[in-house]
Amino acid sequence: MSWFKRTEKGIQTATEQKKDTPKGLWYKSPTGKIVEADELAKNFYVSPEDDYHVRIGSKEYFEILFDDNEFTELDEKLTAKDPLKFVDTKNYVDRLKDAKEKTGLKDAVRTAVGKSKGEDLVISCMDFAFIGGSMGSVVGEKISRGIKYAIDHKMPFVLISKSGGARMQEAALSLMQMAKTSARLAQLAEAKLPYISLCTDPTTGGITASYAMLGDINIAEPGALIGFAGPRVIKEATGKELPDGFQTSEFLLEHGFLDHIVHRKELKNKINLYIDLILNNPIR
Amino acid sequence: MEYLDFELPIKELEEQLQKCQVIGEESAVDVTDTCKKIEKKLIDTKKDIYKNLTAWQRVQLSRHPSRPYTLDYIRAICGDTFFELFGDRTVKDDKAMIGGLGKIGDQSYMFIGTQKGFNTKTRQYRNFGMANPEGYRKALRLMKMAEKFKLPVVTFIDTPGAYPGIEAEERGQGEAIARNILEMTRLTVPVIVFIIGEGASGGALGIGVGDKVMMLENTWYSVISPESCSSILWRTWENKERAADALKLTAPDMKKLHLVDDIIKEPLGGAHSDRETTFKTVTKTIVDTYNELKDLPVEELVEKRMEKYFNMGVFKE
Repeated sequence: MSWFKRTEKGIQTATEQKKDTPKGLWYKSPTGKIVEADELAKNFYVSPEDDYHVRIGSKEYFEILFDDNEFTELDEKLTAKDPLKFVDTKNYVDRLKDAKEKTGLKDAVRTAVGKSKGEDLVISCMDFAFIGGSMGSVVGEKISRGIKYAIDHKMPFVLISKSGGARMQEAALSLMQMAKTSARLAQLAEAKLPYISLCTDPTTGGITASYAMLGDINIAEPGALIGFAGPRVIKEATGKELPDGFQTSEFLLEHGFLDHIVHRKELKNKINLYIDLILNNPIR
Repeated sequence: MEYLDFELPIKELEEQLQKCQVIGEESAVDVTDTCKKIEKKLIDTKKDIYKNLTAWQRVQLSRHPSRPYTLDYIRAICGDTFFELFGDRTVKDDKAMIGGLGKIGDQSYMFIGTQKGFNTKTRQYRNFGMANPEGYRKALRLMKMAEKFKLPVVTFIDTPGAYPGIEAEERGQGEAIARNILEMTRLTVPVIVFIIGEGASGGALGIGVGDKVMMLENTWYSVISPESCSSILWRTWENKERAADALKLTAPDMKKLHLVDDIIKEPLGGAHSDRETTFKTVTKTIVDTYNELKDLPVEELVEKRMEKYFNMGVFKE
């Protein structure tokens, strides 16, 4: 016998009177831990109970790394064209338009210069929300210009990767961005300026096969997916089950491709500590 | 000789011609005229077919089982002087990536390339032309050796992609390719690159950064194969022809986009129909290109190469 008796079965409330739980007030991590949105932001967008690093974008990373969230954005106006007139299930032009409207971003990377712990730093940060963070001509060009800015102004360079790989809708133009950005990194190395590559979830494909793996130090956030070929592709090609923890940050550290796995709250300190040490400057 | 479906009219005429010649030899009937007619028709048909190839047909040609592979080129180009070198000095020797020294005339070159097999056994041995990280590291070792002794580097690309395997990831497939790309942009000796078959994505670019990058007429080069592109964008392999068109992966398209420097003409019927001519054309291109590059001061050579890649890409300011 139930305590309450439902006289009419089914849902009777009219759709207009339906009360929605307001979105964005709470965040639930994959292990089921719940955290208040404000508290999450205060905790560097890391779920406090299980240390799950929530996927964030350039806005949040700039806020974490630049002093008082003060910075100047570079090459803001660069936007993509559709040189191949690419059509799949959608026109590339429409895909770009939708992505811009949905995210308020111009493309999948933003570059900014500002002070971090009082010293100048150039940061290029990818945005996964914009077509999976895919790298096309704009991403390649903005990163290349960001590196050039660092060379011209003798500043260290940080690149935060978060991308599924090259942008298919720009085909070989995307592929060649790997060579373009790598050539710039060769110039940065020639100028003896530090390059810190931060791999975040996910860093795969052409990103891993170019700038993400070319840092003077490569660091990553905990639990990020980092690899060249996607897990599904590897499974299909080899017919083998993938080992536990395959292609995670921890796996890459173990196999020698990362220097550190850095908790987001330590990010600003660790990056600047490396810069001070490698440049033989007093530690800030 | 194997034939692709769109080459079947050629096969038919070639068989007719053969029969005609046999009749001429074995009987007293004079068939010279008939044979000549068939021969002419054969050439016309070939011209017709090869003039109007679709992107997908070129992809098929690039994978033609009779097409010459890297070692065929190198052996034809430098004959007995070829001295193959093995191993990455870290893990093992990758059979999908070959390399070594050889001469053309008086000049030594470092040759590097991805290698496919010509039958089931050798295809497996060569891992279908899909290199592992050790392959890219072996390539880099040889490039650095060439740089040390001031020898030009020639690479041949024919790969369906870098190998997507568990061990490949453990040993850093991404890092190996990335390192090669970076080092190739600043190598202080001339680098001449040929796409001789398939040029698939990072696996190709990992030995593909050069002062002059050339595609043979019936090859493809892009960020992904048409089949994989189709399976990602349309969730089926059926749209591979559409994907081949959309990717603009043929030599003429790539030249138009300024992503490769030149197209090497293949003999009528494709590189495999007349290997000797193909080898001669490639040899001449290597020599001519090297002569063009060899007297450039090192700084200028590297700067020009980097500048070329800086200019790739299309966007609005």
